[in-house]
Amino acid sequence: MQMRKIITILMFLGLPTLGAASSDTVHLDQPTINLKDMASLQRGARVFIENCLNCHSAGYMRYARMASDLGMSEDDTRALMYTSDKLGELMNVSIDEAEAKVWFGTAPPDLSVITRSRKPAWIYTYLRSFYADTKRPFGVNNTVFKDVAMPHVLAPYQGVQKAVYAEGHNGDKKVEKLLPDQLGSMNTAEFDAMINDLVNFMVYVGEPAKLVRYNIGIYVLVFIVLLASLLYMLKREYWKDVH
Amino acid sequence: MNEKLTALLGWIDARFPLTKMYNEHVGQYYAPKNFNFWYYFGSLALLVLVIQILSGLFLTMHYKPDGNLAFASVEYIMRDVPGGWIIRYMHSTGASFFFIVVYLHMFRGLMYGSYKNPRELIWLIGMGIYMLLMAEAFMGYLLPWGQMSFWGAQVIINLVGAIPVIGEPLTLWVRGDYVVADATLNRFFALHVIGLPLILLGLVVAHITALHEVGSNNPDGVEIKKNKGPDGHPVDGIPFHPYYTVKDAFGVGVFLFFFCAVLFFMPEGGGYFIEAPNFIPADPLKTPEHIAPVWYFTPYYAILRAVPDKVLGVILMNVAIFMFFLLPWLDRCKVKSIRYRGPIFKTALAIFVISFLGLGYLGTIPATPAATVVSRILSILYFAFFLLMPIYSQLDRTKPVPERVTCK
Repeated sequence: MQMRKIITILMFLGLPTLGAASSDTVHLDQPTINLKDMASLQRGARVFIENCLNCHSAGYMRYARMASDLGMSEDDTRALMYTSDKLGELMNVSIDEAEAKVWFGTAPPDLSVITRSRKPAWIYTYLRSFYADTKRPFGVNNTVFKDVAMPHVLAPYQGVQKAVYAEGHNGDKKVEKLLPDQLGSMNTAEFDAMINDLVNFMVYVGEPAKLVRYNIGIYVLVFIVLLASLLYMLKREYWKDVH
Repeated sequence: MNEKLTALLGWIDARFPLTKMYNEHVGQYYAPKNFNFWYYFGSLALLVLVIQILSGLFLTMHYKPDGNLAFASVEYIMRDVPGGWIIRYMHSTGASFFFIVVYLHMFRGLMYGSYKNPRELIWLIGMGIYMLLMAEAFMGYLLPWGQMSFWGAQVIINLVGAIPVIGEPLTLWVRGDYVVADATLNRFFALHVIGLPLILLGLVVAHITALHEVGSNNPDGVEIKKNKGPDGHPVDGIPFHPYYTVKDAFGVGVFLFFFCAVLFFMPEGGGYFIEAPNFIPADPLKTPEHIAPVWYFTPYYAILRAVPDKVLGVILMNVAIFMFFLLPWLDRCKVKSIRYRGPIFKTALAIFVISFLGLGYLGTIPATPAATVVSRILSILYFAFFLLMPIYSQLDRTKPVPERVTCK
């Protein structure tokens, strides 16, 4: 009996390590995700629309929904809209998919739910990990997404980083760290804060219902606890005479 | 008023056995009074079935079963349909909770010998429900038309191709195309929303009818019908209503707490209830790095991968499920409940639970050489539980079963 328990415990301690070996080894930085920070979400919306929404769509998201959720005025929202002036419109782009394929080698993916397939930490790190690489068509590569087709769109803010290589244990060159090389208009802290706002906004776009989901959930759970307590007392009352 | 209602009831009863049916299944259905925690999951399974049918009905009003529109229509439900996200999460959470509840319900049956004489048919019908549920879940998972939907279906349907001679034509017939495509989505939708649920409902009615014919088992495995009082009712039985209606209502309350906690606070269930790659639209040209079925299929998926030969793997995966059907005849022990069975059965059941959970975990991770070795060992243990049962269930030293049920 005792032996069996020990074997059980050993097995369950051992099992998870079987999966760990295959996980990603790239270190990811954690952004601060706070959907209650409306100012951050609004800043993120501006960064997203001005930089990402030229090639990437967010085709399941409506401008009007964003405006009302983030407390943006109609005029502020319209000022951001380049492809349409109808607030009820979806965040689509005018880029042609076939042409985009010729330019980039692959069509830029829709970003509506990208934070749900990729973790926010992945996107936060990815957008800050471009570095100069003359072998690539746009002159940049990325440590998080190797040989990515996307150019370094945010270079005017961040500048261009250069990679410091280290010998890997089997002799191949590995990017050890990235250092600022050509400077952009922002310093590292400013740029990181901007990307954090952007990722925060993208998390919101991934699931607008998240803004209300937790609040409603609390009320639902409180109601269920009360209901279940009443049902428990009812049950106890009825079962008094069962022996 | 009361008189008029009684008259109305009399009018109906003369034409339809309403009172008779109510008494047979609720008012005068005598259930053992010693049900414990494990006996909540039958009524809870019924509750989840209702949740799935209702939420599914409303999803069907907005969902588009079309390869070009399906993914977007799910996001449309999540964003533009008022309350759509609650309905969608109800349905996705309900799918996983259905299996949690059904697995616990089945484990209850294993512990207390609920599959044994005279309840073999209840068990067989229940296993039929379980298999239909798996088909229902599998087809439903294709509908969001994400990467996991697509590639999961692709992999599983390809397994049919392992059957010699008829395999390839059969996969073509199932898919309606050379790969999983719009035709597949449409037929899966039809089967998911009407075909399988109809059969499922029929089997659930049969399951309960058979149960009420022989009466419920209980944690002591004592037949309460053998001990009847002067009123003709079992002395250890209590009427289902009000006793078990109020008790099950409390169970529903506790269940809903967990259900809504997941629905509102972690609808993705840590990536197990809704898998992250399923937020990428289906792309027949891009295979995901790691294809894992949803968690409730993973024990069988692990068995499939543990077998080096594809055809044999497919066969063993199916046999693994089929084994449950044989249980009433594999178990030769005269005692039903684990409370009065010997150490051999208890050990065997513990090993089985470990192998099932272990395989379930291994089915979610990529197949490494070490994981494959462990999968093989656990697969052998899984089958040993069933195949050796005719031998060890006879050898076991059992304790005397009491005459009446005990209330602990």
